[in-house]
Amino acid sequence: MPDTVLEIAGLNGWYGESHVLHGVDLTVGQGEVVTLIGRNGVGKTTTLRAVMGILSKRSGTVKVMGAETIRLPPERVARLGVGYVPEERGIFASLTVTENLMLPPTLAPGGMSVDEIYRLFPNLKDRARSQGSKLSGGEQQMLAIARILRTGARFLLLDEPTEGLAPVIVEQIGQVLDTIKGKSLTVLLVEQNFRFAAKVADRHYVMESGKIVDMIGKAEIAGKMERLEEYLGV
Amino acid sequence: MSAMALFGQLLLGLINGSFYAMLSLGLAIVFGLLGIVNAAQGAFYMLGAFFAWMLGQYLGIGYWPSLALAPIGVALFGMLLERTIIRRVYNLDHLYGLLLTLGLFQIIQGLFVYWYGTSGQPYDYPDALAGGHNLGFMFMPNYRAWVVVASLILCFGTWYAIERTRLGSYLRAATENPTLVRAFGINVPLLVTLAFGGGVALAGIAGVLAAPIYQVNPLMGGNILITVFAVVVIGGFGSILGSIVTGLVLGVLEGFSKVFYPEASNMVIFAIMIVVLMLKPQGLFGRER
Amino acid sequence: MALDISGISASESKSGSLEWVAMAVGVIILIGAPFVIYPVFLMELLCMALFACAFNLLIGGGGLLSFGHAAFFGGGAYIAAEMAKMYGFTFEEAILAGTATAVFLGLVAGVVAIRRSGLIFAMVTLALAQAVYFLALRLPFTHSEDGIQAVPRGWLFGLVDLKDNMAMYYVCAGIFFLGYLLVRRVWKSPFGQVLRAIKDNQPRMISLGFPVDRYKLINFVLSAALAGVAGSLKAIALGLATLTDVDFSTSAAVVLMVLLGGLGTLMGPVVGAIITVSMDEYLAGIGIPVPVVIGVIFCFIILVFRRGIVGEFLYYVNRFQNRGAR
Repeated sequence: MPDTVLEIAGLNGWYGESHVLHGVDLTVGQGEVVTLIGRNGVGKTTTLRAVMGILSKRSGTVKVMGAETIRLPPERVARLGVGYVPEERGIFASLTVTENLMLPPTLAPGGMSVDEIYRLFPNLKDRARSQGSKLSGGEQQMLAIARILRTGARFLLLDEPTEGLAPVIVEQIGQVLDTIKGKSLTVLLVEQNFRFAAKVADRHYVMESGKIVDMIGKAEIAGKMERLEEYLGV
Repeated sequence: MSAMALFGQLLLGLINGSFYAMLSLGLAIVFGLLGIVNAAQGAFYMLGAFFAWMLGQYLGIGYWPSLALAPIGVALFGMLLERTIIRRVYNLDHLYGLLLTLGLFQIIQGLFVYWYGTSGQPYDYPDALAGGHNLGFMFMPNYRAWVVVASLILCFGTWYAIERTRLGSYLRAATENPTLVRAFGINVPLLVTLAFGGGVALAGIAGVLAAPIYQVNPLMGGNILITVFAVVVIGGFGSILGSIVTGLVLGVLEGFSKVFYPEASNMVIFAIMIVVLMLKPQGLFGRER
Repeated sequence: MALDISGISASESKSGSLEWVAMAVGVIILIGAPFVIYPVFLMELLCMALFACAFNLLIGGGGLLSFGHAAFFGGGAYIAAEMAKMYGFTFEEAILAGTATAVFLGLVAGVVAIRRSGLIFAMVTLALAQAVYFLALRLPFTHSEDGIQAVPRGWLFGLVDLKDNMAMYYVCAGIFFLGYLLVRRVWKSPFGQVLRAIKDNQPRMISLGFPVDRYKLINFVLSAALAGVAGSLKAIALGLATLTDVDFSTSAAVVLMVLLGGLGTLMGPVVGAIITVSMDEYLAGIGIPVPVVIGVIFCFIILVFRRGIVGEFLYYVNRFQNRGAR
């Protein structure tokens, strides 16, 4: 296993005619939890979508576990062992909770078993037979993360897992992230909630208008708080 | 009006209904995934019958092997068309998909009319299903009983496969959000091709089943297609089960009207369509989309 | 992406003078053609061209694609033929009767279908037309497979004997030209603009208080009426009304004409009709199966040539003019 799980260099991306990513550079090392932070609309979600291959109009270099993926369709990127939790959670309304959980195919050995998942997310077990459309926002988020953990993906892309959730649920998700770290999975996390991000992440990339403008390590956060607040506009 | 004739017509209605169900089921699967109404579905029905007839005529292959081989041939041909031609219009207005498949329909039907004329070729029952039984209230030809049973098994088997199996859950998920399903590592373009093949194979099987009842005629697809469109509008593109039920019920209703007022039997489904559209524009099982 | 009917705005803005030139040339051809080409063939062509214009009115003003326009064309043809032959209607009365039939059918179909759009609208119109087809097959006066034959042409306003092919031709040409101008007028009217606005953003038009369904219905009935005129005229000029006039192949043929010429361009349907009808005539002569050729053209247009002939032409003219302006 290479030390660098994700290596992005000079990544450009477009939605139709509009140019959204203007040369993103970042790397994520094995076992790291790294966040992408920045204001709304700077291209954080788009960066994840470009890594996944969902944003098909892109150029530059995206290496996942050492393999160039810039020309690969999403299903091939996923097969490299990448799990994706989209911003809108993507719970399938016409599938039951169990079906949602079992939907993503196994990508590699070493994923969590269904029992383990139900221990981590007891709510889901109770709701196993409900339709996906009947879940609360928090349950949807749990399910979206849970189904990725089942696949054995070694590298997770999480898009704003705490968005719009009650503090108690955010705390639960923080615990889940700790579990993920304990399994030495690698995570690239898009997050608006900086207090949450600061607790769980090793490093932070700051994005502004389609570019990475700063990188802040865990140790530097206290010293750079002022600059960060400026970046995030809080 | 003898009870014999009544039940005979109802049986025929049930058979037609199961063909409607199979064809509209195939349409619904493809529509769910792609938003495209596959007007070539009628041609695949006709091809199913013709492939079976050709297998018998040129290779001496009998009914039972043909019942499997002909739909496989139809599915392969359908998947070829999907990969090479139909795929190109997915990102356009879906009316272009309807027009394109309609063009394909005209080509296929036109070629078979050109080669074989419009008079129809007879296709024999398998020996094992010759004859029939007198049930007291009606005479039940064995072949027709077989067609009803086989169609029902196929329809509900398809329903089961879509609603209750893992592959079916891929299909339903891809209907909702194909991009995300791809991001989970599932090859959705391949899934689409396979689903398309499955959808047209249903039409192909219906064609083989129909061959001994209606003869093998190049025009058989056009006639059924428009009725199936009406069935689909009535049922709405909402659910898999909806298209099965609507197809069967409308077939039986059509059979009924043949008994009591034969002149109107062709019209009854269209009349029902008008009423349904006035009362429930999205169709009986449909969701507004 | 919606249906590409960008030709409308193109013909309005940049190509104004071009359109007048094309129209003048068209009128000259219309006047001179019967001296070169067999008038009866030209009559058929004009009726189909008028039919295509009627269809185009529907699609250009609202983007609705009907798959059942043969019902109005053929319905008009049957009634006009029956009235002229069995009830002694004059030429004008017969055409009016056919048109009224089409208006009636259009109203029924419109009320049923107009709230649906896109694919469902296409399927509903197709199914309704099939119902009309079955009526034509079953009703006694239509003589099923034989149709109504040997329909007398009669006299125009009791003055001009239409048995003369030249006279009949010029009547057809006049009616066609009026129909063409009508479509043009409707498109450029405020009514046409509202229709296009509905097509672009229906919810907004509803919230602005426009009775959207009524606008669409009026346009649909207008289109059906014009198709009825075309069908009636065809029945009288060629002296027959048959099942072909109401069956699906005719609905598909008119879609093809308009698609080939260019969806939503004024001249497109005329060009499309000329090519399609001539091709039919030519292919029938040499024994190549017409539906196959039609299917191939369908697929070809949709895969690589969606603007159609006139649409493509206008597109390049516009690009050329834009470059010149810079």
